[in-house]
Amino acid sequence: MPTVIVDGKDIEIGAHERLNCIEVARRAGVEIPHYCWHPGLSVVASCRMCLIETGTRDAATGKITMMPKLVPGCQTPAKDGTVIVTDTALVKDSRARVEEALLIDHPIDCSICDKAGECLLQDYHFEHGQAERRTDLNPFHSRRRDVGPTVTLFVDRCIMCTRCVRFTREVSGTSELMVINRGSKEEIAVFPGFPLDNKLSGNVVDLCPVGALGDKDFLYQQRVWFLKRESNVCGGCSAGCSIVTEHNQDTVYRLKPRENPHVNKWWMCDDGRYGWHHLHDPARLLSAGRLVSSNDDHETVEWSDVTTRLRQDLSGAGRLAVAVSPMLTLEEAWMLCAVARSIDQQAALFVGHVPVSGSDESFPGGFTIRAEKCPNRIGVEAVVALFEPEIRGWNELVRAVGAGEYDAAWITAGYPHAWIDDTTAAPFGKLRLLVVQDLFESPLSKLATWRLPAAGFAERAGTWVNVAHRAQVFAAAVRAPAGVWPEGRLYWNMLGRRGLYDPAAVRRQIAESSAALAALGGDLPAVGVDLRVDQLASS
Amino acid sequence: MKPTDPAITWLEEKPLGLTERLYLPLFFQGLSTTARHMVSRKVTVNYPEVRPTIGNPLIYRGVHRLNRDDAGRVKCVACFLCATACPAHCIDIVATESPWPDREKYPESFTIDELRCIFCGMCEEACPVDAIELTSLLDLTGKSREEMIFDKEKLLSVYDMTKDAEPMKSKTLAAGGMATFGPAPGSPAAGAGGHH
Ligand code: SF4
Ligand code: SF4
Ligand code: SF4
Ligand code: SF4
Ligand code: FES
Repeated sequence: MPTVIVDGKDIEIGAHERLNCIEVARRAGVEIPHYCWHPGLSVVASCRMCLIETGTRDAATGKITMMPKLVPGCQTPAKDGTVIVTDTALVKDSRARVEEALLIDHPIDCSICDKAGECLLQDYHFEHGQAERRTDLNPFHSRRRDVGPTVTLFVDRCIMCTRCVRFTREVSGTSELMVINRGSKEEIAVFPGFPLDNKLSGNVVDLCPVGALGDKDFLYQQRVWFLKRESNVCGGCSAGCSIVTEHNQDTVYRLKPRENPHVNKWWMCDDGRYGWHHLHDPARLLSAGRLVSSNDDHETVEWSDVTTRLRQDLSGAGRLAVAVSPMLTLEEAWMLCAVARSIDQQAALFVGHVPVSGSDESFPGGFTIRAEKCPNRIGVEAVVALFEPEIRGWNELVRAVGAGEYDAAWITAGYPHAWIDDTTAAPFGKLRLLVVQDLFESPLSKLATWRLPAAGFAERAGTWVNVAHRAQVFAAAVRAPAGVWPEGRLYWNMLGRRGLYDPAAVRRQIAESSAALAALGGDLPAVGVDLRVDQLASS
Repeated sequence: MKPTDPAITWLEEKPLGLTERLYLPLFFQGLSTTARHMVSRKVTVNYPEVRPTIGNPLIYRGVHRLNRDDAGRVKCVACFLCATACPAHCIDIVATESPWPDREKYPESFTIDELRCIFCGMCEEACPVDAIELTSLLDLTGKSREEMIFDKEKLLSVYDMTKDAEPMKSKTLAAGGMATFGPAPGSPAAGAGGHH
């Protein structure tokens, strides 16, 4: 095994691993400060923050020869016998000098800078900078430059790491951002008439190590140290990007991508990033309503009564069809099927409406936005397959209802966008009983006997299976608004189970009952598991 | 610290001597203190008919005010540092982009729940632009809880009310004004004024 020596400690690396000194040092628990290097972008070694001392250890004699000059750790590959030293006076002094140079013409308007609290310039200065100043620092307000519809640039806060420029060239492939001028007058800008406007533009804000690039959607909404973070999965499309939902007092403020090499790497798309506003839309359904036959209006029903009255209504209604929405988690879908079958042994289970918009969109950096705008079709299909001999979809359900094959239907939806028109909804009006569970009022919910609210993506807990059959488990980030029981809670209670809805218990039960989903049994890693790989391994 | 800690020295109370046991000498000693205070200068006042004089408004911690800048606009830049420092969580700020070209961010709304406030002065210490200050207004009353939640306008009006009697502390200090208020600079009381 190749061995690298980091600050006197031997670190073994894989025989075919291609790592730089920053990555190897991290394995030894040593953080080498860096601005311009990012694992997802090309190496330019321009910021000089990562300068370290290196050398080689002779394999035969064990003699160490050091290089006379400092080298950038981001650009120096770590090989067998590479010696990395990060704690010498020379290295420390170099870091302090870099910080000093950066601050000479930095505005230092941290008090109004959105990055304050998560700014690398702040953090590194605190850790590696020097306390005394050799130059007059006059804090000033940064100039602002609009670079696109979602992103704004604070010109003077930029430290010219060019991460953002490389992102638009290498990952989004759109090349809107560029460097203008030379030397100390360098600035980031866009060409007139070509704003930073692509489906991945929000990522440059995450990449920016300082407060130069700001997200207009988040600008001045909250100081970052007030935010609480919950690891989630984006519900925007079937790619199922790993994300972190940042929230405070049950209000979501922003979504950030969470590193997952199997799914989204370091990125997420803007549709997903800004696709949480519907959670706080005042138009959301916020109570359970039952149609009062006398006046054609919905009366609010207490949740404690919903479980019993809904069951009563459904048992007396005749042949039942259920649409299991691909917005539901695996656990919710399974419990819904179990509830339906406990009411009607013959209940027909269909996979709910799968919203599709356009076609898959791929970017040069290996990121794909899926056309299928729901996170869990594969998971819901796997669950329905446990109960039904064949998978039938939404169109078959609509046809069968039109043909009068059912007397009652329970439609789960939970789509953030309008999804059904009057013509498609019309045949459902003939049913004896219609239960609709959705985020918003729709042509379908107008016809419903029972109109139940649904939970938004950050309010659900459970498992989603993305387009590549990767199952990711997540907890709810925020509580559903008052008056809304997330689907999981309702089904849990309708199954007569005790205590609080426990997705892990349901998941274990699913794993035990199905070989295809057996991989869900244990504790899943943060990056999820590939259900297909596990099937191959177990067969 | 445990009672057995070697750093603790245990002292026994001295047994009473003869004068202490006689009782009367100490009785008269105590009575003389009472008599002395009966004739010395009074330190209490008949509040609210008579208002107390505040020795040094720079260090007094009464009702808050939000200062105005030279153009009469709210000085606060909505950095949330006061809300972060506040141990009582009684400051609530909604920030937005400012309408002025020379400023980037300002508070759209700024409220302090004066009932929840413990008048510790941390907000004043935290503010990087000397926008929030505690005045020497000490009688804070209201008829309802809602009335005691001061909004931006009310806090600015406290500034308008008090700015002549108590100029902004940063200006007072810059002008060397500390000496005009009671304690001399460098005394422990002056050091607690919050601005250095
Ligand atoms: S980028 Fe913002 S937070 Fe970071 S040092 Fe500059 S002004 Fe402060
Ligand atoms: S805007 Fe940010 S990411 Fe882009 S070069 Fe400047 S500091 Fe780097
Ligand atoms: S005086 Fe103390 S408790 Fe009152 S608002 Fe300021 S920081 Fe909060
Ligand atoms: S600390 Fe000062 S500037 Fe910052 S929000 Fe509070 S009052 Fe405004
Ligand atoms: S991170 Fe190595 S030079 Fe910038």
